[in-house]
This record gives sequence, C-alpha cells and structure tokens, in this order.
Amino acid sequence: MHTISMTLFDWAILAVYLGFVIWIGFYLKKYAKTDEDYFLAGRRNSSMIAGVAFMSANMGALEVVGYAGQGVEYGLYAMHFYLIGAIPAMLFLGVVMMPFYYSGKIKSIPGYLKERYDEKTRVLNAVTFSIMMVLVSGIALYALALVLRTFLGWNWDMCIWLSAALVALYVTLSGLMSAIFTEVIQFFLIWAAILLLPILGIVDLGGPAKAFADLPHMYTSIWSTSASAASNPMMVSWPALVFGLGFAISFGYWTTDFLIIQRAFSAKDVRSARMAPIIGSYFKILLGLVVVGAGMVGLALLKDPNSGFTLLRDGGKIKYDSVMPLLMMRYFPPGLVGIGVTALVAMFMAGQAGNMSAFNTVWTYDIYQSVINKKASSQRLIWVGRIATIIGILLSIAGAYWAKSMPTIIDYLQAIASWILAPAVAIILLGMFVKWISPNGAFWGMLVGMLVSFSLFMALQLGWISAGAVSPSGGEGMMAANFWRALWAWLISTVVAIVISAFTKKRPQEELVGLVRSLTPKTVMENISLYKKPAFWASVTLVIFVILNILFW
Amino acid sequence: MNNDKEQMKPIWYFVGWILLIIGFLVLCAGIYYLFMPIHHVVRPVGKHANLWWGIILMLAGAILAHFNKKPIES
Repeated sequence: MHTISMTLFDWAILAVYLGFVIWIGFYLKKYAKTDEDYFLAGRRNSSMIAGVAFMSANMGALEVVGYAGQGVEYGLYAMHFYLIGAIPAMLFLGVVMMPFYYSGKIKSIPGYLKERYDEKTRVLNAVTFSIMMVLVSGIALYALALVLRTFLGWNWDMCIWLSAALVALYVTLSGLMSAIFTEVIQFFLIWAAILLLPILGIVDLGGPAKAFADLPHMYTSIWSTSASAASNPMMVSWPALVFGLGFAISFGYWTTDFLIIQRAFSAKDVRSARMAPIIGSYFKILLGLVVVGAGMVGLALLKDPNSGFTLLRDGGKIKYDSVMPLLMMRYFPPGLVGIGVTALVAMFMAGQAGNMSAFNTVWTYDIYQSVINKKASSQRLIWVGRIATIIGILLSIAGAYWAKSMPTIIDYLQAIASWILAPAVAIILLGMFVKWISPNGAFWGMLVGMLVSFSLFMALQLGWISAGAVSPSGGEGMMAANFWRALWAWLISTVVAIVISAFTKKRPQEELVGLVRSLTPKTVMENISLYKKPAFWASVTLVIFVILNILFW
Repeated sequence: MNNDKEQMKPIWYFVGWILLIIGFLVLCAGIYYLFMPIHHVVRPVGKHANLWWGIILMLAGAILAHFNKKPIES
C-alpha cells in the first residue's frame, strides 16, 4: 500500500503540537510544588476540565482506532460499547460512588481500599494495577509504532523512543497537572480530526438516508438481533451484553480503573468530581456515534464493489483497525492529514500519559508511602513520583518490544483489564454497600476472583475448554466469553468475600463513616440550582441513552 | 497561597491558541492547494475541506482564547 504523504503544512501542525506538549511540561513545573499538586493536579480543576480529562483518558488510540475497527466488523452493534457498556456505569460513578471516593484522606482507588478494609487489600490492588498500567502502556506504545510505520513509513524504533521520551518529559516535570493540560488539548485535536470522517464519508456515500441503506439488518440494529448469538455479527446475545458487558466489564472499568477516576479526583470539590463522569458521558455518546459511524462508512464502502476501498490484510486476516487511517487517506487533503496524524499521535500520548500518571500515583502513595517509607515528606514523594515515571516509561518501552515479538498480545488487552478490574469492582461495591464485609473477606475475594479469571482465560487460550463452556447461552463467540468470564470473576469474588466475612473480624462501624453508604449521613444539595445538580445532568444523559437504544433497536 | 498559582492562565486559553494556530495552518494548506496539485488521491467531497475546516477551527480557537485570557485564581 501507499503511505500517507505529509506536506510541509502537515509537518508544521505536528511540530506545533509536539512543541506545545514539551513547553507545557516546563510551564507547569513551577506550579507543581506539593505532592497533591503533582499527583492530583492541586485539586483545583473545574467540573468541565475534570470531565474533559476524564473522557480524554478514555480516548487513547486503542479505544478510538480499535473501536472504529469494531464498527467495520460489527456495524452498529459496536455501539453497545458506548451505550450499555459505558453510560450506566459512568452515571452510577458520578451519582452514587464519587462521594465515597472523593475525600481528603483518599488519593487513589487502592487508597479507598486501605480506608475501607486494610493495608494488604490496598497493596494487592496497587501492585496488580501497577502491572496492568505498565503492560497496557507498553502495548499502546507498540500499537503507536505499528500505525506510524504502516501509514507513514516511519522508523519503528524512532516512534517508540520519541513518543516515550516526550511523555516521560512532561509527566516527569509536572505530573498529573501537565497530563491533564495535554489531555484537554489532545481532546480537542482528536475531535478536530475524527469528527470530519463520518461526515465526509456519509456525504460521499450519498447522504444519511442512502449511506447505510444497503447494509444487512444485522449491521444496523443493536437489540433486535440480540435474542440469539447467531443473529448478530458479534455473536453475543443480550444476557452477555447486559450482565457481562453492561455490568461486570463496564462497572469494572468505569468505577474502579484509577487511570480515569484520577481525573475526577483532580476536581476542586465533591460536586465537580461527581460531575466529571456525567459530563464525560455526553462525550462518550458522541464519540460512539462518530467512531462507530466512521467504522460503518468503512463497512458500506467495503460492501460497494465500485468504491475501490479495501482494508489492510496480514496473512489473509483482515486488519479492521486499519479503517480509520485509511479513511483519512481517502478523504483528507493536505492540512487535514496533519491534523489526522497529530490526532493519532495525540491519542497514543494521551493514553500513555494517563497510564504513567496513574502508575506513578499508585506506586508512590500505595506502595512506596504505604510499605517502604511511611513518613516521606511531600518533596520526597514528588521525587519518588518522578523516578517512578521514568522507570514506568522504560518498562513500557520493554513491553513494546515484547509486544513486537508477540503481535497477538494486543488481543489480550481486554483480558488483562478483566483479570484485575472485575474482581476489584466486586470488592469495592461490597465495601460501599455492605458494612459487614471484613478485610480478610475482601482480600481473599479479590485474589481468588483474579486467579479464577486468569485461569479461565488460560484454559480458553490453551483449548482446554471451549468458549461455550463459560457462556450459559451457548453458541457464542470469544467476545461473549470475555464478557461472561468477567461476570464469573465478579460473582466468585463476591461469594468468596461474603463467605469469608461471615467468619472473620469486621472493622468497627465508627471507622467506616464516609466509606459505607448505610453508615454515612446523606448530604443534600439544597442551596444549588437545578442545572448544577449532578442528578439532573445524569437524568438528561439517561434520557438520551434510552432514546438512542430505541432509535437503534 | 503563592503568587504563581494566582497568575496561572486557564487551560481553555491554551486550547484556543492551539486551535487558532492549527486552524491557520490548515487554512493556509487549503489556499495553497487551490492552485497546486495534491500529491495523493482525495475523494472530491474532501478535496477542499481544509478551507472551511481551517476557518471553523480558527474561529473556535479565537473565541476560546479571547474569553479565557484572564488569569485564574487557584
């Protein structure tokens, strides 16, 4: 294939962006004076900044480019990742959970586990989360190099080292503060590039009424083909969507993944923190329409023999992820190519900076300060955070080369998250809503859940069991197996935690005020107007969510 | 509270400037390639999208930068 040819204007756009992210690291360094400045951006962001950063942390290339690929493969059915697979959990986080997370004492999700349970549960979550961050970051770095080499013909090693060095520079200098600043910038750049793709594509295909008219029904509906796995392209039936994706995976990701929740923690008060995921939910819906829309433009072009549009192939296997860069090549003239390439680079850097700022916070607060040096000063913590960032980046570079030697590792990305996050959500939800869950119950519940999820994954990979063995509906594909595996991990963690809690020592109730719902006095926001209330904006999202589900039924 | 924090510019100010500069470059590309051949094949629908998209980005950037130029107090 031909690579994208970049003109002087395109290079200038990329240079402006890269120059800015380097400058911002130096500009903000003087404001990062305390550990709270460095790890929580000083807790002074408005709800809009926290909300945009919250969403931007979810707009890494693996999410955007990857889900456009899902749009080609599964058509409109891929909207489930943006609707049932995101919105209920985001709203639940904002309306119900955030008041328990957001407090002066808690600086991370493992920090909540320490306050609610004990030190060992915190360290277990912190260590597994740190490993996940480094692995995900390494795989993202590999994917960046792959995209830039394939579409721009750039040198592999240069892509990996340059991107990693830039992220290391600005995250090391001013931590979450610069990560959030650049994420907000990246957010706008990404929209500036991807918003045009479905618009130009749909106009090219003859307008909204004609563009997808020739696609089979299974590619243009989201629920009417979900009764049986055989009727839809994803081979996933509604129970797997609702309970697996909509609950275990979605709640695991949106309500316990510190990478995104850290952005809400940077808000100036609890109302702003609650608004962050709710504001993010609007962008999530819009992102779904744009990304899946772009994927469906690719699908419609593939079905049209006269379009001349084909996706890349690797050993006979179609590379669905190639759709977004290929659409950019098809529709973008000079200048827009520069924005497209800059957006691709920005997506990867946003994802990696997110991983690294979450990693350095969890490492510093939940491992270093918790286990190694309990009396560390604020300056010492910033220094440890900077060292952790550099080590984390070096480990992710090693991870990128490891992924290069094992390309299928990318397929495991979702699996890595479900090993860790599904058991975590079980323990956190129990902790917030059941006052008698004990520290030992939580620790063993989380550990057993992780081991079971990992064992099921390995058994599936090694062919010891079939995908149908973990799926009660039967006849479902690997995607459904992922959803069900996460649900089983959640269920097993919950059961183990409840059983062990029945026989082990509980925390005194007076220590759990502010951490457990039934022991916490309800705060009523009386003196604020309706449009400032999180519940009001969550209700509006919910109405849009219902309308879209009916519209796409 | 230290003085530096009081002088910090809002994030939207920087977003505005980035959009303004990038929009300007996109618009320049649009004008330049009105008269020069484009190196790669672009579908007709997108051929001059850089002209109007560059203007939209510049306008959005100018509005954001203008209304957020006042430093914020932390």
